[in-house]
Amino acid sequence: MSSLAITVIGRDRPGIIAETTAVLADLGLNLEDSTMTLLRGHFAMMLICAGLPGSAEIERALSGLAAGGSLSVSVREVPEESTRPSVGSSYLLTVHGGDRPGIVSSVAAEVSRVGGNITDLTTRLTGDLYLLVAEVDLPPGVDVAALQTALGGVAADLGVEVGLRPVDSDEL
Amino acid sequence: MRLVDDIVGRWTEQDLGPGRVLDVVRAPSPVLSTGGAPVDPAAPEVVRLAADLVATMRVSPGCVGLAAPQVGVAASVFAVDVSSHPKARTHHGTLVLCNAAVVEATRNEKGREGCMSVPDLTGDVKRATHLVVAGRLPGTGEDVQVTADAFEARALQHEIDHCHGLLFLDRVAGAHAVHPRKTYL
Repeated sequence: MSSLAITVIGRDRPGIIAETTAVLADLGLNLEDSTMTLLRGHFAMMLICAGLPGSAEIERALSGLAAGGSLSVSVREVPEESTRPSVGSSYLLTVHGGDRPGIVSSVAAEVSRVGGNITDLTTRLTGDLYLLVAEVDLPPGVDVAALQTALGGVAADLGVEVGLRPVDSDEL
Repeated sequence: MRLVDDIVGRWTEQDLGPGRVLDVVRAPSPVLSTGGAPVDPAAPEVVRLAADLVATMRVSPGCVGLAAPQVGVAASVFAVDVSSHPKARTHHGTLVLCNAAVVEATRNEKGREGCMSVPDLTGDVKRATHLVVAGRLPGTGEDVQVTADAFEARALQHEIDHCHGLLFLDRVAGAHAVHPRKTYL
């Protein structure tokens, strides 16, 4: 039993997910975690599944999907990763402002500098407005106020607004 | 129907007697999707269940509420106690209700919830922050109406959902509104 990472990217149309997952189900693969969204109108799906078939067999089975040339499919075996909960504090990072190159890299560099780990990221460009929303895990001991100041400095240089606020969840 | 504050003010969990600590069941246990049947709040087994829910809630770290389906019993009974939670504004201390239903729910706010029955995930859920709930007290069977706000309102809606066979997963705010649980410091 191996873990396989499958990506499907290309022109969106109804039925891509149904067709892809039907092929995977026929091969006896078990879909585990997956995410799919539209990125500037492009269909983009990534999924991790588990099963006996190897990547070559799966790629062959999915070749019909890619045959028209509008979708590209990749399959590769990946090692099992730990799904244990991360330890630390969770924050929501938001950036918005006029579009220009380097916003994501500059902001991500500040997060990386303190050992922060981005666990979810969405960016959108709409007109001239650029938006970034990210979930960030900060390890114990990070000086959050200092990070906020550093991010503020980067944002001022870029001419964008930045926010970093804690996200807590409540056990009910 | 009388207002809750004078009745619930007199009611304490001691009225239920000692409870047992039960195992909490986890999704995908079918009982969590079954919901709870209406109960006779004066029946001895319902009073015992109410005591068990309070006892189990008490020994579970951070737990502010527990519904009967979460201990494997398809009955419309739950316990909440948000009195020591920092997000509570007003509260009724320990509150156990049978056959509860939402009468009025307004002023929605989104919050991230976890649940002992879904231990590996959290989800963003909109809940009313102003809530009126009708139900019956275990033991006496008195009809009561509870007006709750803020965190107590969220907890009550979460537990009433359990009694209707719903998890927070049934109410998440979007496809990207479910998250792996973090260990908070």
